[in-house]
Amino acid sequence: MSAAIKPISPLAEACAEAESIRLDSGGSLGDAIVADIYANAETIARRAVKNDAKHTKGWDAKLDDILTSRLLGYPIMLVLLSVVFWITVEGANLPSEMIASVLFGFQDQLTEWFQVWGAPAWLHGVLVLGLYRALAWVVSVMLPPMAIFFPLFTLLEDLGYLPRVAFNLDSLFKKCKACGKQALTMCMGFGCNAAGVVSCRIIDSPRERLIAIVTNNFVPCNGRFPTLIAVATIFMGGAAAAGSETLIASGVITALVLIGVAVTFAASWALSHTVLKGEPSALVLELPPYRKPQFGAVIYRSMIDRTLFVLKRAVFMAAPAGAITWILGNAYIGGMSVIGHLASWLHPLGHAIGLDGFILLAFILGLPANEIVVPILLMSYLSSGFMVEFESLEQLRAILVNNGWTWLTAVCTMLFCLLHWPCTTTLLSAYKESGSIKWTFAAFAIPTVIAFAVCFVVAQTARGLGLA
Amino acid sequence: MQKQDVSRRVLREHFGIVAAPEQHVIALAGNPNVGKSTVFNALTGLRQHTGNWPGKTVDNAQGTFTFRDRSFLMVDLPGTYSILANTVEEQVARDFICFGRPDVTLVVLDATCLERNLNLALQVMEITPEVVVCVNLMDEARKKNITVNIDLLKKELGVPVVATAARNGAGLGELKETMYQMAAGMLEIYPRHIVYSDQVENAVAKLLPSIQRLVGNRLNPRWVALRLLDGDRTFIETIGLHLDLLPATPAGGERIQEVAM
Repeated sequence: MSAAIKPISPLAEACAEAESIRLDSGGSLGDAIVADIYANAETIARRAVKNDAKHTKGWDAKLDDILTSRLLGYPIMLVLLSVVFWITVEGANLPSEMIASVLFGFQDQLTEWFQVWGAPAWLHGVLVLGLYRALAWVVSVMLPPMAIFFPLFTLLEDLGYLPRVAFNLDSLFKKCKACGKQALTMCMGFGCNAAGVVSCRIIDSPRERLIAIVTNNFVPCNGRFPTLIAVATIFMGGAAAAGSETLIASGVITALVLIGVAVTFAASWALSHTVLKGEPSALVLELPPYRKPQFGAVIYRSMIDRTLFVLKRAVFMAAPAGAITWILGNAYIGGMSVIGHLASWLHPLGHAIGLDGFILLAFILGLPANEIVVPILLMSYLSSGFMVEFESLEQLRAILVNNGWTWLTAVCTMLFCLLHWPCTTTLLSAYKESGSIKWTFAAFAIPTVIAFAVCFVVAQTARGLGLA
Repeated sequence: MQKQDVSRRVLREHFGIVAAPEQHVIALAGNPNVGKSTVFNALTGLRQHTGNWPGKTVDNAQGTFTFRDRSFLMVDLPGTYSILANTVEEQVARDFICFGRPDVTLVVLDATCLERNLNLALQVMEITPEVVVCVNLMDEARKKNITVNIDLLKKELGVPVVATAARNGAGLGELKETMYQMAAGMLEIYPRHIVYSDQVENAVAKLLPSIQRLVGNRLNPRWVALRLLDGDRTFIETIGLHLDLLPATPAGGERIQEVAM
């Protein structure tokens, strides 16, 4: 209101009158009103409620003592996390291979039909080798882990365990001068970073909210889980004795998540000691009662709300990306494909951080959605001459090894995948929530710088020590 | 129907909620962790979508259901312990009930800690008499040997009270029937008013005449007086906006809104 002289309105008069009455009564009128409401509620409740509850500590209080204890709180969190990953990795293998064999079997059928119709080779290339193959990859590799991970995570939420996680992590966040509720937004980020960023609105302090938004990307979302799971299973699990692959792989993923959490703390600490200075606000967190999860409803809702939603997004992104990548991989300039040119231009930078030009290019082209990074990478590798069918993780391993992957490439790819810039949807959410271009840019730049720095240090150290 | 047209416009313009003329609007209020979402999901199923309060970073969910050939639009308010507007969520919930004028406000209470939950119900009943109370988690309460005398609660509160265990679907039929009857104006209600201490009552009595002149019958003057005595700045701004009591904006500035009541 920019009027120089405000006319005195009847409302302002009433307010002034209220103010003077309030001051006359010693200024405690607000407290008195609240106290009276509570007294009324108490009176009614005393009449209507008969409470025969035993006043000894219930089983839920005892359980809380264990789950949120100083000694056992963190180990239990770690074990639960590893178990969730183990079930996901172990359970996803078989359905993954089954879906893949069906979908890639159908690819051969499609190829036959195209030949019968006499379709030109480029059309077959774009539609079958590009679009369909990327689609088949996304569905076969993403669907099973998501269909297992989301319901498991939702069950933990439904049980009432996640608020205990926030409670456990609160003291650590306090030490970083951030808010304990950030743990809950991180949990959301496991599903989807865009959802995680939106959930940051539960944090009241704008300073702490910005910290949570900018650092949410350091928990791997479900677009990145399949990549981490696949690479971990192939390269880390494969090195171990038969039978314990999934155990090793889930251990590696747990370790990666811990690295992500550690980076979150470090970045939160750094932000709240530099540009976002301030004291942490107090967190009043009500631990909800434990409740028996409704398995049917949880599985149904997490399938509909999350799994199918993420899968739909991935499919819509992956199909065109597959087609475009195939075209780029098969359009030649001076004897080398466009992808080849781009990749060889990026190669020095990629090599310095333990990747190669193709991997870096795949991450860059994967900006719209992290789900499509691996399909793009495979398209690029495959269209550059190695026409291998991939029907199982073993064949995926063959493709990668044929393209010069070592354990260091795998480690750096996983680290880069964990730490690099968020997808466009997440950035868009960060812009909507923060309302600031500057902070959206920070949400992009901070992870990017950290990813490059960490991968550079790891790669150069490993090479310097002669390990790879 | 004039009153309804106006409140529908307020709903649309201030809360981004579009209800059909023949649709009943139900606001869903309750403390966090009382199974509010379970009630919401059980009633609306998959006919729901989430949105955002205009200008506020607080989610809302809307869903519809049909009962006895009537369509109901249910709006899930943020979970709050009170509507005394200490947080954005409380402010949103209060403004919606106060100015959005839902046909029914359903307040979900947790049977295992009724005392704490009743505060919210009493506060809502100060604003609108069209309240249905749902005592949820009756199954949990039974397990903990807590018995809630629903009939007595009905008498104490003066509004319909329905016991539910929304997770198992128990009591939801009765809940729908009660909300239907409330929306159709078939129920007689005598909502209990909060009894305040003399200190508060005296202050209200002093302020009441000028508030009555100010708001007429557009809002409950007693409640407005209480809020002003509470020293609630956000409410003073909101009430000025909604009741068109602010001084005219300078020329060229857009009128914030016009509610002709």
